[in-house]
Amino acid sequence: MKARVHITLKSGVLDPQGKAIEHSLADLGFAGVGDVRQGKYIELDLTETDPEKARADVTAMCEKLLANTVIENYVIDLDA
Amino acid sequence: MSELPYSDGITPETVTEHGLTPDEYALIVEKMGRAPNTTELGIFSVMWSEHCSYKSSRKHLAGLPTTGPQVICGPGENAGIVDLGDGQAAVFKMESHNHPSYIEPYQGAATGVGGIMRDVFTMGARPIANMNALRFGDPSHDKTRHLLSGVVAGIGGYGNCMGVPTVGGEVNFHKRYNGNILVNAMTVGLVETDKIFYSAAKGVGNPVVYVGSKTGRDGIHGATMASAEFDDDSDEKRPTVQVGDPFAEKLLLEACLELMSSDAIIAIQDMGAAGLTSSSVEMADKGGVGIHFNLDKVPCREEAMLPYEMMLSESQERMLMVLKPGKEDDAHKVFQKWGLDFAVIGITTDTHHLVLEFKGEIVADMPVDALTDAAPIYDRPWEPTPKRDTLPADTFAEPADYGATLKQLVGCPDLASRRWIWQQYDHTVMGDTVQTPGGDAAIVRIHGTNKGVAISTDVTPRYCFADPHEGGKQAVAETWRNLTAVGATPLGMTDCLNFGNPEKPDIMGQFVGCLRGMGEAGDALDFPIVSGNVSLYNETNGEAIYPTPAIGGVGLLKDLDKRMDMALKDSGELLIVIGDTKGHLGSSIFAREIHGNEDGAPPPVDLGTERRNGDFVRSLIEGKRVSAVHDVADGGLLVTVAEMAMAGGIGANIDAPRDTTHAYLFGEDQSRYVISVTAQGAETIIRDAENAGVPATILGQVGSDAISINGQHTVTVNSLRGSHERWMPAFMAAAS
Amino acid sequence: MKSAVIVFPASNCDRDAAVALEAVSGAAPHMVWHGETDLPPVDFILLPGGFSYGDYLRSGAMAARSPIMREVIKAAHNGTPVLGICNGFQVLTESGLLPGVLMRNAGLTFVCKTVHLRVENNETLFTRHYNKGDQIAVPVAHHDGNYFADADTLKDLEDQNRIAFRYVDNPNGSQNDIAGILNANGNVLGMMPHPERVIAPILGGTDGAAMFESILEAVA
Repeated sequence: MKARVHITLKSGVLDPQGKAIEHSLADLGFAGVGDVRQGKYIELDLTETDPEKARADVTAMCEKLLANTVIENYVIDLDA
Repeated sequence: MSELPYSDGITPETVTEHGLTPDEYALIVEKMGRAPNTTELGIFSVMWSEHCSYKSSRKHLAGLPTTGPQVICGPGENAGIVDLGDGQAAVFKMESHNHPSYIEPYQGAATGVGGIMRDVFTMGARPIANMNALRFGDPSHDKTRHLLSGVVAGIGGYGNCMGVPTVGGEVNFHKRYNGNILVNAMTVGLVETDKIFYSAAKGVGNPVVYVGSKTGRDGIHGATMASAEFDDDSDEKRPTVQVGDPFAEKLLLEACLELMSSDAIIAIQDMGAAGLTSSSVEMADKGGVGIHFNLDKVPCREEAMLPYEMMLSESQERMLMVLKPGKEDDAHKVFQKWGLDFAVIGITTDTHHLVLEFKGEIVADMPVDALTDAAPIYDRPWEPTPKRDTLPADTFAEPADYGATLKQLVGCPDLASRRWIWQQYDHTVMGDTVQTPGGDAAIVRIHGTNKGVAISTDVTPRYCFADPHEGGKQAVAETWRNLTAVGATPLGMTDCLNFGNPEKPDIMGQFVGCLRGMGEAGDALDFPIVSGNVSLYNETNGEAIYPTPAIGGVGLLKDLDKRMDMALKDSGELLIVIGDTKGHLGSSIFAREIHGNEDGAPPPVDLGTERRNGDFVRSLIEGKRVSAVHDVADGGLLVTVAEMAMAGGIGANIDAPRDTTHAYLFGEDQSRYVISVTAQGAETIIRDAENAGVPATILGQVGSDAISINGQHTVTVNSLRGSHERWMPAFMAAAS
Repeated sequence: MKSAVIVFPASNCDRDAAVALEAVSGAAPHMVWHGETDLPPVDFILLPGGFSYGDYLRSGAMAARSPIMREVIKAAHNGTPVLGICNGFQVLTESGLLPGVLMRNAGLTFVCKTVHLRVENNETLFTRHYNKGDQIAVPVAHHDGNYFADADTLKDLEDQNRIAFRYVDNPNGSQNDIAGILNANGNVLGMMPHPERVIAPILGGTDGAAMFESILEAVA
């Protein structure tokens, strides 16, 4: 089973990289782009086949390592 | 040879795509005694590429001075080595990563730094300093900002993670680099003279071991790319750029040095350009042996990799070693500790052939000397660069306000502060950086001693373009001068020869001219070239870069208490210019920046004078008779004094002749230094200079918060600093 | 003083830290590999600068989960002084020994230069040889030194006098100009600047030496 984890900065946490991307997009002439936020995307191949167990495993991984929950949120998608 | 044999689906087109001419293919068939298969053709193509074979340059490189009592290892190994005394030696080399850096500036520059550091630690040395010489296009060119920012981030990203300080370098901007930037990285390492490792795979039946990162499909044909001209489709070449992993390299460094402290290694070689192919062929060639590889054992990162891909991959952070038999387990343990791949992939043989076995079959079998000694050497036709006239001073109008002109010059792209760049490099890690970036030469302490290594990189490409012979002399002389200015005794140099297409006689003439000049200067200054690299075909749409033979020099300070810097320190001291000032304005920064004139012969270098003046200045530093020294380079005397003033935060008044003042102040006559001395000391120094046959003239007096000329044209040091520091951050912050 | 310097795979200021400790205390520290599961008995632990695990994922994240860190955390809880410099500070926040997080510099680029720090609290075992309000010159060299914590955490740090050093001229966008913070017990200090790089005049300064002298006196 494949797990896809999206890690994003919590709202309210300043994202200088996102801001820089926003500025560059504006410089390139892309109008109407606001509030760019940069995150991380991590793919995991799991041997676990039970979706509930897999979700619990990946949640633990996020809490322990993949995300820093002081500043980051995470969303887990599972493919059967 | 009308009917050449072909096999394995190879056609004349395939041969061309591999960068080989029909004549070269015919030579391959002759040396092999049959048509090569695709894997063999690929191996020939990289071994016979300009990058690996030096086929256009070798004839002329042979004339360079490479020996001296201080030289422990000259060109031909991974890096050169000079003796520092007390059982220690400096290992160093400079290398180009121009083409990859243009295509993908961050990764191109990063892997360039990674590659040159591997060249140095392969020889058993711990890298102690990185330098770089960079050339970018005109600041107004739409790619310049992006390339500069990516290259600087890449150099920093790799060097900072490795924990090796990047202590200096140089940067020029000129439109001739719009389509071909130059990224030349230099590393200096420190080694115990009884712990130097070489690449000759001596002995038969010894295990050949692969260590480091796994092999992927990255950078296949990077070496042939580095030997071809660019056109407008170069952006399409992106897939051949490798990605660097400084973390893996840091592990590889520590693991290699740990294993080197035992006696397990017979030979070791970095897998750089052309990866497994060039490393194995060079080791076998130097050791006079053959190598039999079992490619099934090569650690691969991607599935179903073919022998062709494994042999040509330029995946980074890998090394090839020949171990003493029976040492495999000890070595394996070291690499396991550092989490790196370790695989015995072959054995040395007495066949003098490189044999590749894959899935139980022999997929390539080639005589080693066919790949090395049989590689074609070209005596390319060349024509000397026409001499230019020397421009008289009255070609150029005098400025109305010298203060304003000076302010403009210290803030122009080529002379503005590089702080924006070097603040992105960790230049104080390792706790031995004595002279940080911005001095004439960087100084790093030899750890645990009071000795130091001085390092400088220099070349003035506009001189080399105007007169390759004088430009080549000047590049070497200026490097030697910069080392001298901090009090070091120059020991040796490395070169990175960046030129256009050698198949054009005028370009080949630039190459030949520069090398002759470099050779003369190296001979006259006892300053041998111990390592180097050649980068040709730096052209886009038929326009070549300026000839740019970048020189990286290394010198020794036996006592760091006797080092010197350029900062003015004491009000009331006198400034003396050492060396003759004739007022040579042709090809100067003043002519270009203020008058838009890039014509005229460059200033000539008299090598006897160079040596005499430099030896005199060094003796003053050793005698602790001066408080500041700065060599006179781009911008002439006035810029030199301004740089000394900005470094020290004190001004100076300069006494200049009343006519052709501009030639006196902005002329770029060579072999000169400005020194600051006490009023009492000045008299004896001038007398000693006279006895030594060295011109020494009082230039002015240190004091106040401004620079002035004959008491007029005053400009404050603060406003000079403002101009000097403003340009690069403002340029980089501007919207593209 | 018996001290330990923890060595992660890509630590690169471990030697600098060892040199500084030996220069000040006269005794070479134990260099403890990250894979170890035991700490030698020591009076002081230093987490050096560098890139620990390449600083992939987040700076200090993987180092904070390495075997030896379980022992470091235990020792810190038992009161052993722990100093984290640069990457060591990042490891301390990732391991939970210090609150907050070090984000990408506001200017987005790596920054290496000498900055001035104001000593905010000199009543700690790390800073007793400084005077409160002293301005000291110490180099920074980092890409991720932009200190961030939520409002409650910041208030606690301010109210409990746990900000050891502040930048006089903020180089990285840190909240409240924070350059170094203490844990609630005062035995763990994390700071981005490198005091170990300024312990001799030939290296451009000596303002870092007082920190190591403070520690030496405190644990003696």
